[in-house]
Amino acid sequence: MTAITEHVAVLRGVEKSFMAGKRPAPALCRVDAVIRPGCVTGLIGPDGAGKTTLMRMLAGLIRPDAGSIAVLGRDMAVESQQVQQQLGYMPQRFGLYEDLSVQENLDLYADLQCVPHEARRERYAELMHMTGLAPFTGRLAGQLSGGMKQKLGLACTLVRSPSLLLLDEPTAGVDPVSRRELWEIVYRQVEEADMSVLCSTAYLDEAERCENLLLLHQGRLIGQGSPAEFSGRMQGRVWSVGLGGETRRGLQQRLVREASVLDALIQGESVRLVMHEGHAPADEAWSKDLQVQAVQPRFEDAFISLLGGVGAILPDAAQQMAQVHPGDGPVIEVKGLSRSFGKFMAVKGIDFHVRRGEVFGLLGANGAGKSTTFRMLCGLLPASSGSLTVAGVDLREAPASARGRIGYMSQRFSLYGTLSVRENLRFFSSAYGLSGKARGARIDWAFERFDLHDVADTASNDLSLGYKQRLAMAAALLHEPDILFLDEPTSGVDPLARREFWQRINMLAGQGVTVLVTTHFMEEAEYCDRLVIMAEGAILASGTPQQIKQSVAGSGKPSQSMEDAFIALIRREEV
Amino acid sequence: MVASLRRVIALMGKEFLALLKDKKGRFVLIGPPIIQLMVFGYAASFDLNHVPYAIYNEDGGSASRQLVARFEGAPPFDAATIVHDDAQIQPLIDDKQVLLVVHIGPQFSRQLALGESAHVQLIVDGRNSNTALIILGYASSIVQSFNTGRLVTSGSSGPPAHISMRAWFNPNLQSRWFLIPGIAGLITLVVTMMVVSLSVAREREQGTFDQLMVTPLRPFEILLGKALPGFIIGMLESTLVILIAVFWFNIPLLSSPLVLYSGIALFLLSAIGIGLMISSLSLTQQQGFLGAFLFIVPSILLSGFATPIENMPHAVQMITLIDPMRYFMIILRGVFLEGAGFSILLPQFWPLAVIGFVCMSLATWLFRHRMV
Repeated sequence: MTAITEHVAVLRGVEKSFMAGKRPAPALCRVDAVIRPGCVTGLIGPDGAGKTTLMRMLAGLIRPDAGSIAVLGRDMAVESQQVQQQLGYMPQRFGLYEDLSVQENLDLYADLQCVPHEARRERYAELMHMTGLAPFTGRLAGQLSGGMKQKLGLACTLVRSPSLLLLDEPTAGVDPVSRRELWEIVYRQVEEADMSVLCSTAYLDEAERCENLLLLHQGRLIGQGSPAEFSGRMQGRVWSVGLGGETRRGLQQRLVREASVLDALIQGESVRLVMHEGHAPADEAWSKDLQVQAVQPRFEDAFISLLGGVGAILPDAAQQMAQVHPGDGPVIEVKGLSRSFGKFMAVKGIDFHVRRGEVFGLLGANGAGKSTTFRMLCGLLPASSGSLTVAGVDLREAPASARGRIGYMSQRFSLYGTLSVRENLRFFSSAYGLSGKARGARIDWAFERFDLHDVADTASNDLSLGYKQRLAMAAALLHEPDILFLDEPTSGVDPLARREFWQRINMLAGQGVTVLVTTHFMEEAEYCDRLVIMAEGAILASGTPQQIKQSVAGSGKPSQSMEDAFIALIRREEV
Repeated sequence: MVASLRRVIALMGKEFLALLKDKKGRFVLIGPPIIQLMVFGYAASFDLNHVPYAIYNEDGGSASRQLVARFEGAPPFDAATIVHDDAQIQPLIDDKQVLLVVHIGPQFSRQLALGESAHVQLIVDGRNSNTALIILGYASSIVQSFNTGRLVTSGSSGPPAHISMRAWFNPNLQSRWFLIPGIAGLITLVVTMMVVSLSVAREREQGTFDQLMVTPLRPFEILLGKALPGFIIGMLESTLVILIAVFWFNIPLLSSPLVLYSGIALFLLSAIGIGLMISSLSLTQQQGFLGAFLFIVPSILLSGFATPIENMPHAVQMITLIDPMRYFMIILRGVFLEGAGFSILLPQFWPLAVIGFVCMSLATWLFRHRMV
């Protein structure tokens, strides 16, 4: 029983399954884990790995099917009530009352948690100062930005200082600046109040901020330790390869197909390689003329390695012929584009253009105006002023046939939920005017290329997120569009599926398809040929990833990440 | 043109699949119509049967016994109890043990025997005025036939004016004959409105509407692809109800099916147009659902389905003129009970066509302008 007192939480053989339709779907499988006191433990894993289930069990909201959970030295099966009094839990969608002001929300949670009135004043001041919400106490919670809402949620959770703080993806969908601030608040609690924190996240770069990590994948705990322990195991397997005259995309695609390579990623003006165990680039024939340099491994490399990496996707033989060099002239042109909703200017006169065969990124935090811009380009929303052309026409006024040249994939993977994979593909192919043999051939192609055979008759609602993304992409490509619009195509998808997705995008770009993509994953910006960063409806910076990073580096620190560049740009704008 | 047609057919196919693969969707098409039809066919009736009544006979003579026997023999009446005292009447009616008390005074037989006229008092529970009137009607017809019987047996030729009643179209005056054709209209309206008004809202809610808008499908094709499944389902639904009405409830269908289906088709135009309007205005299925009910309930109340339009105040009667259900009700009752043809129903057909055309045009306009 000593273990129970040493650790904040102990899980032994915890199992839980939910009913998905008629068969039980395991959410957690024999999980044994401990959470150490006085530090931040990260709960890392892709969507659907069981992170939220684990959190809710620790909070005593659901019971395990088997196994035992002890939190703060008490058995959750008997004493969950007492534990809950010392626990702070912030679910993914924190229950802020949008029609109440910041102060009223705080008061409400203080009342709910029985915080004595005399202690409130001091605590409020502290929390408001920490979260930077002090100037906004009178504002309605519904009118706060996404990042501010999360901070207020955290403040409400912390209104009575808990011993153990459970945070379920507090940074999901939050802009990088607010993400950093949230982490600062969490660390302050650990240092000043000696709080123990369990924080789940889908961002792998955030794992490095934790002292201890629990890795969940498909309901199983596949690793436990500090980030350094994880990346230490990867020592000697991670390399950076210089371009040496090749295009970034060409080199990446060539390398990822090599048997000895586990993972290859475009990073700035080089390709980052993770080798299979026991292989080194020096032993391989392909490395002969390449500049290869050992680099420091990071947690993400270990994560991919533990999950087994992504298989390479081979290009279509027939379509390789259509190689086009980027730069044949603009396919998308935007001049002075504005859009207002009432008094609010969502997009304030932006200009940019996208060349043929380019992967063009539209980056920005929530509410930066990138989705509005995106919808205007697709012809879903009329512009208030300015001009825009896609393949020479404005899709809103152009004849319907012009829309046959574009493919569109929205962030919600808009599929017909009750229809099976095959029925979805049939419908979308017909909607795009395919028929007869051509239609059959393209549907076969989609099954083949996206590996959908196993789920052909599954209703798309029952698919995992990764499969949904594949199906949505297949549906968007059935009619072989020249231009592809992708709205946050990787949100919520696990790192493996994201890699696979970007391989496909790279391949399409190689075939001359123009790709316009919005994302809030800063590292994905590295994969774009050119990009614009938007904030509050305006463009902050544009250019290649390298140019953008250099523009903020000043003294020339080239290896900084895209996220650092983004934050520097936002901060510069605020000053 | 061919490509356009193909796209519309693809969209229609998808609509049917989405509707029929969903368990709830299937239930909405089959469950409520059958339940409503059974409820209205068996439970809702204006006819009175088994009216409990009490006899307070202070007389005891043969004439009074004859009158009592006539009440006992009348099918709608059930003798509940016999009263011997004035004071017993009040509690009986208060507690709803009886709806009618027949009070025969002590001098009844004697007065009749003397050739004078005598009084029969009928005490009715007037809380439900409708029922009370029907009971009074039944009771007075019994008393009347008692009078006629006495006149005949006494050798006289009967009363000077003799009422001989025949109800046209519904000879036995069964309210089921009146109600069930109306129900056919009601069910057609509800199911069609539900299917259509939820279809666009569902796509908006799930984000597939944007996906549709970026395909080469034109707004008009989307509209058509949404309207036609509603039309087909409305047709099938009304056919189902009509078959049950004719073969299960034995309601006569006197007109040709051609007249009937022309009426249904025109009516569906309005129902679908209004459904599509609601659909293009609502962002979620919940809004679509509420919107549909906001239309359905008043349109039924104003249609003359249960309460005659002639009884409504003049201003309200004016409003009923824009209610498509109003015309559909008359058409349905006309084709079922009257055997009405096109020429008789023309005054109903053309307003229905105008309303349908206006609704569809408005829906098209709204659909184009609410795409943002």
